[in-house]
Amino acid sequence: MKNKWLSGPYIAWMLLFTIIPLGVVVYFAFTDSATGSFTLHNISEIADFLPTFLRSIWLSIAATVICLIIGYPVAYYIAHCEPRKQRMLQMLIMLPMCMSFLLRTLAWVALLEDTGIINSALSALGLKTLPLIRNNGAVILGMVYNYLPYMILPLYTVIMKIDPRLIEAAQDLGCNRKQVFSKVTLPLSVPGIVSGITMVFVPAVSTFYISQKLGPSDTVMIGDVIEYQSKKANNMNVGAAMSLVLMILIFICVGIMNRFTNESDEESMVTL
Amino acid sequence: MKKRLFSVLLIVVLLVQLLPVYASAEEVTINVYNWGQYIADGTDDTIDVIAEFEKAYPNIKVNYMTFEDNESMYTKLKTGGSSFDLIIPSDYMVEMLIAEDMLVPLNFDNIPNFAYVDETFKNPSYDPENLYSVPYTWGSVGVIYNSKYVDEADTGSWNLLWNEKYKGNILMFGNPRDAFAIAELALGYSLNTEDPDELRASYEKLKEQKGVVQAYVMDEVFGKMERGEAWIAPYYAGDYMTMADENPDLKFYFPEEGFNLFVDAMCIPKGCEHQKEAELFINFLCEPEICGGNLDYICYSAPISAAREYLDESMAESDVVYPSDEIIARGQSFSALSSEATSDMNELWLLVKISDKNTVLLLILTIAAILLVVFLWLILKVRKKKQKAIRCKKWKQAARMTPEQ
Repeated sequence: MKNKWLSGPYIAWMLLFTIIPLGVVVYFAFTDSATGSFTLHNISEIADFLPTFLRSIWLSIAATVICLIIGYPVAYYIAHCEPRKQRMLQMLIMLPMCMSFLLRTLAWVALLEDTGIINSALSALGLKTLPLIRNNGAVILGMVYNYLPYMILPLYTVIMKIDPRLIEAAQDLGCNRKQVFSKVTLPLSVPGIVSGITMVFVPAVSTFYISQKLGPSDTVMIGDVIEYQSKKANNMNVGAAMSLVLMILIFICVGIMNRFTNESDEESMVTL
Repeated sequence: MKKRLFSVLLIVVLLVQLLPVYASAEEVTINVYNWGQYIADGTDDTIDVIAEFEKAYPNIKVNYMTFEDNESMYTKLKTGGSSFDLIIPSDYMVEMLIAEDMLVPLNFDNIPNFAYVDETFKNPSYDPENLYSVPYTWGSVGVIYNSKYVDEADTGSWNLLWNEKYKGNILMFGNPRDAFAIAELALGYSLNTEDPDELRASYEKLKEQKGVVQAYVMDEVFGKMERGEAWIAPYYAGDYMTMADENPDLKFYFPEEGFNLFVDAMCIPKGCEHQKEAELFINFLCEPEICGGNLDYICYSAPISAAREYLDESMAESDVVYPSDEIIARGQSFSALSSEATSDMNELWLLVKISDKNTVLLLILTIAAILLVVFLWLILKVRKKKQKAIRCKKWKQAARMTPEQ
């Protein structure tokens, strides 16, 4: 390719800030913190955290599915608006992303708490207060809220690019609206669905903080454990081993997803 | 094109931060690393300690950073990457840092105000020859509760933190040392036990508590207790004073089984770049008037008696901040644990945090899901094969039907 050098900066960037740190993670995962010699002890310690891994995966799958269910109609709607409105809606979708992730989560805490805005309003009206915070639902809500834009934007891009002539052709050939959607629009938006799922699931599964603030005291996600290992327990090695295992699990999950989508569409292969 | 421009801009923005900041030759910045909410900042009619210091020493700037607990601070020092000129850890952490040779001996010629420090706080057990540290504050840990919701009869002991009646409204320390101390006191062990069986028993005790705990927190305790989001929390006595200012329903007691007495001390870590300026800051903080003004805000107890006359009367006479000798006699202080005991405790603490009752359900669900995925995949495969077979058959039939030319 003639323009190969154009990707140079990115490759250098990736080498410096992704590949090398990844190497460091692998190194830490397989070495002893005191002596620096090779050990599998860190990996074997992960067995204790199996339920934590599983819980993280379940919660993120739930969040991803909800994101897809909410995100698809929104993306579909935006893609079929007139261009000016599209731009505005797109802006609105991205607006929450302008604010810090931590602030957004704390705002939810202020809303959902027992003495928070919603429950204070309810009790002021003489209604019973609701247990809104400190359950798994609140954690999923937090994740859906934080990652929904990552689902909507790829879906919107893909749906918008669907050739309207294909839809007209389907209509000409006698499809009703439902058939047009299930036989043309939906199959053609599979690449968007796949990248949307990836972009929500991957950050969601490694998320931390949301579960600390919105979850019950026994919902600890793997991200929280990794944070604890490296921030407080001064135990980088086990933390690195966990990150590594998490990364492998993510690859497996994405791989499974690709297997399913490959059946219907060869082009939808997602590479991380 | 637009995209490329955007990425170039982004890179420029990121790189600008790497440029060294050129300060004028004589101006020096000291990096101070302290607990959160732990210095008077000028709010609520208190003095702004850092601003006052910068006014008194115009060529020294203070870069002030905070940590959540001793363990985070230790990890940050240990992993390096940042250099601090002044840190304010607690007693046992000072002892640990001295043992690991991570502190610089102070030059007390630059700290003449050390003379004001009370004799009881000189040559403490964590720094027997008093080479490395100058006390900043001292204080105690007790139980804060909201008298609106908590029955007076239930108070008095650490067991309040295990009381099922207040399930979901109890907060707990978010750091292993303080949390284990409470379990150890409730079980009648020493605060500094290194016995693996006793640590194990404390772990079981903490695990048992988990069902009633709303959250494991540090400074979030302020907001949660003030708003009435939680009703019971163990925390530092000085912080109780701050909370009680906001919510008069909050009450405090020293549990009968004993409690932790601590000193937070100023130290200079190895790798510091401006030792002399850091020592000037220590000296400034020991000035009785500044110390008094500072403690008026943070509400902890003063290791400098001379500072007490600059304190607000309600503070100086409070028996929470300055408990009677009889109560102090029940206090125990932390000493540094061996590194094995520390990592044991860290590990057990993590197990407390991740323990959960639904593990079996989780496993069953996961296995079911995996089976379902495999099953679906097989069905898809079989169906595809069938379709292919049908298509092949049709083609073959079609080929047979058309007469060969």
